[in-house]
Amino acid sequence: MKPFATLLDRLVLTPSRNGKLTLLTDYFRSTPDPDRGYGLAALAGALDLKAIKPALLKELALEKLDPVLFQYSYDYVGDLAETISLIWDGGEKEHVSEGEQPRLGEVVARMNALGRTEVRSAVRDLLDHLDHSSRFAFLKLATGSLRIGVSARLAKQALAEMSGPDGMKKDVTEIETLWHGLEPPYEPLFAWLEGKAEKPVLATPAIFHSVMLANPVEEGDLDKLNPEDYAAEWKWDGIRVQMSSFGGTKKLYSRSGDDISGAFPDVIDAINFEGVIDGELLVGGTARSNSATRTFSDLQQRLNRKTVSAKMIADYPAFVRAYDLLFDRDEDIRARSYLRRREELSEVIEKAPHDRFDISPLIDFQSWLQLDQLRLAPPDPVVEGVMIKRKDSVYQAGRLKGPWFKWKRDPFNVDAVMMYAQRGHGKRSSYYSDFTFGVWAEGEGGEQLVPVGKAYFGFTDAELEVLDKFVRDNTVERFGPVRSVRAEPGFGFVLEVAFEGINRSTRHKSGVAMRFPRISRLRMDKLPRDADRLSTLTAMVEGREQDIGA
Amino acid sequence: MKPEALLHPTPAGLYCPLGNFHVDPVRPVERALITHGHSDHARAGHGKVLATRQTLDIMALRYGEDFTRSQQVAEWGEVIDVDGVSVHFHPAGHVLGSAQIAIEKDGMRIVVSGDYKRGVDPTCDAFQPVPCDVFITEATFGLPVFHHPDPKAETRKLLASIRQFPERTHLVGAYSLGKAQRVIRLIRDCGYDKPIFIHGALARLCDYYVSQGIELGELRPATIEKKDPSAFHGAIVVGPPSAFQDRWARRFNEPLIAFASGWMMVRQRAKQGGVELPLVISDHCDWPELLETIREISPQEVWVTHGREEALVRWCELQGLPAKPLHLVGYEDEGD
Repeated sequence: MKPFATLLDRLVLTPSRNGKLTLLTDYFRSTPDPDRGYGLAALAGALDLKAIKPALLKELALEKLDPVLFQYSYDYVGDLAETISLIWDGGEKEHVSEGEQPRLGEVVARMNALGRTEVRSAVRDLLDHLDHSSRFAFLKLATGSLRIGVSARLAKQALAEMSGPDGMKKDVTEIETLWHGLEPPYEPLFAWLEGKAEKPVLATPAIFHSVMLANPVEEGDLDKLNPEDYAAEWKWDGIRVQMSSFGGTKKLYSRSGDDISGAFPDVIDAINFEGVIDGELLVGGTARSNSATRTFSDLQQRLNRKTVSAKMIADYPAFVRAYDLLFDRDEDIRARSYLRRREELSEVIEKAPHDRFDISPLIDFQSWLQLDQLRLAPPDPVVEGVMIKRKDSVYQAGRLKGPWFKWKRDPFNVDAVMMYAQRGHGKRSSYYSDFTFGVWAEGEGGEQLVPVGKAYFGFTDAELEVLDKFVRDNTVERFGPVRSVRAEPGFGFVLEVAFEGINRSTRHKSGVAMRFPRISRLRMDKLPRDADRLSTLTAMVEGREQDIGA
Repeated sequence: MKPEALLHPTPAGLYCPLGNFHVDPVRPVERALITHGHSDHARAGHGKVLATRQTLDIMALRYGEDFTRSQQVAEWGEVIDVDGVSVHFHPAGHVLGSAQIAIEKDGMRIVVSGDYKRGVDPTCDAFQPVPCDVFITEATFGLPVFHHPDPKAETRKLLASIRQFPERTHLVGAYSLGKAQRVIRLIRDCGYDKPIFIHGALARLCDYYVSQGIELGELRPATIEKKDPSAFHGAIVVGPPSAFQDRWARRFNEPLIAFASGWMMVRQRAKQGGVELPLVISDHCDWPELLETIREISPQEVWVTHGREEALVRWCELQGLPAKPLHLVGYEDEGD
């Protein structure tokens, strides 16, 4: 348990991706089976561990400690698992050496073998035998809330890293492809990564296959290409998904391979084909049922849920707009050309329920200029650009330059005023690099700035120096790591903010929320009084809603 | 005599009317008895100061030789008469020179422990329990959540991180009096013998510790090679935590921020401070040590000065031991 606990302690406080990767890689290299496999499962959200109710934990804590002292402690720490891990006094049993503490594999096996009546004493006994950081890790696992900022994708990246020195590493896409066919503690996977065994063989194709990604169109890219070699389709503003169905197993995966089937029973139940389809998950109606596709903010109502209510399904019906076919039944057709695969795909979609599946149509175009015009004035507001795909391209996992491009609609822009700044992390810990910005609105005391968003990238290192200096020289108030800066009509810092979309929000005081805001330019030529007004932003929201007819 | 007649809280700090002196006063007074050199306990501008030799030296280093009109040295255990009140100083184990002060008259003895700890610390004399009628204790870490781990195990976390991230400069935040020298000494005791770089604010105090016979190994200023950040790859730099949020920290390569403090026990505290590597090393008692000390001394009454008074008072009440909080203001835990 101790190596896993130490890993968690470090991960929680390590903001940089590379730092996390090093910690994970070292853990997988230095921890024996099966413990590292259970650790991996815990990080990737795939660990099945008997759950303990917080109420039971609190009862156990109160066996040891006066309720008033417990309450003082809980109020101070603010997290139940952490409070209990800290106040627990295991006496002599706690002071055993690292090697004598129960191992993660033992803890998992023991917890999962318990009968209902044995839980209380087993948990008490485990807490006694672990030190405070292992207790914390155990309690977090058993209450099912790790929250350490590590995605399943990052854990898999670390597996690729551990598999060898540069040049000899396994590809992360290979690991992702295997992932859903394997179970904790993943011993065959580790054996293969360490070169001690052959690659594990999977029993079914109803698993996640790494997706093919596109590169953004950059200046001059298209000049070299012949439009006749390419097909184009709309880039829909939903989330990229993969549907796998084989032998009665039906799954919906996000583009990073997370299984999201549980949240979309409406889509899963409608699958009447076998194979693997690449597409966009959206809400609203399909083109085949002649009803409108709804916005990303409507789709968000359905995301990040484990289960979903009947009302939610009725109010926000989900469907898949298909892009590609990877497997036709159990036949791998990824090596066929894009146009061939599209033909097979349309046959499959033709026979699928028309209210849950449609196909992303091809765009008719003759020249890049014509496509550009279509891109800037798309026929549907839920389009965020166009995709350009070579007609003869095979389906290859990863982001290869050449076969597929994405050409996004231009971002929105506003001029906003810097209001607050917060220190960054890691490399940026001595810089004020996270900025909250606002625009003007009519308030009780006349015109005032209302915060509308926060951005911490988009600027260069040299620009960061300028921003940081402004913050240090013009601080008005400090609240912990946050400073408020001078922002008056005649004095302040104007930032040009670019963002991908804008929605209504009840969670923000301003009533609007931006998607992917970033600082695109420092407008030192402007005064805060020249910045935009909130009405400009609400008009952008209304403009979108009008397009959609909401 | 009631103990309050011998010593009671006033806005300036604890006051003994019979001897006309204050203990650790927070504003200038005629005569001050000082437990230790941290700036919230030892302030400049008093008429007369009675303290240990090392505390007086530290005050002179920090405030200049003229920090008071008259200095008087208290030796360990020596009984000193202050206008008819007997006082004697005993080691508190907090930082170099730190003392508990026993105040006695007509058979009533009150011990002001100042800040203290019970854990092993080679940079100062160890705490000595003094039997008394009233024990005045701090409660900086007076909550059952605080269990300070073995400081050497914490120090080994730092050395493990340097092996794991050999390109990153490890900035170790530690308050300049006491904690910094203790951390440097711990790093040496764990077998690290490369030069350790220190922030300018630590230099004089580190020199003083060395002059008192505490070996700190080779220390270098963290300033000279500033044009070449690679000089600090994988290096340990010790400095006051406030410096790490400052432009000073930019000279280092991808700095990894560590912080040596008892507060690091609580993850959220570490997270809010942008600390990547918390080192739970404290110069105060943790909860079990506070309880153990009170049990060992077994006074008639416990008074609690600063920190989390309510929890410690509650515990004393549960033991049937009279206890009260003193609600002193002005002590801000510089040392932790």
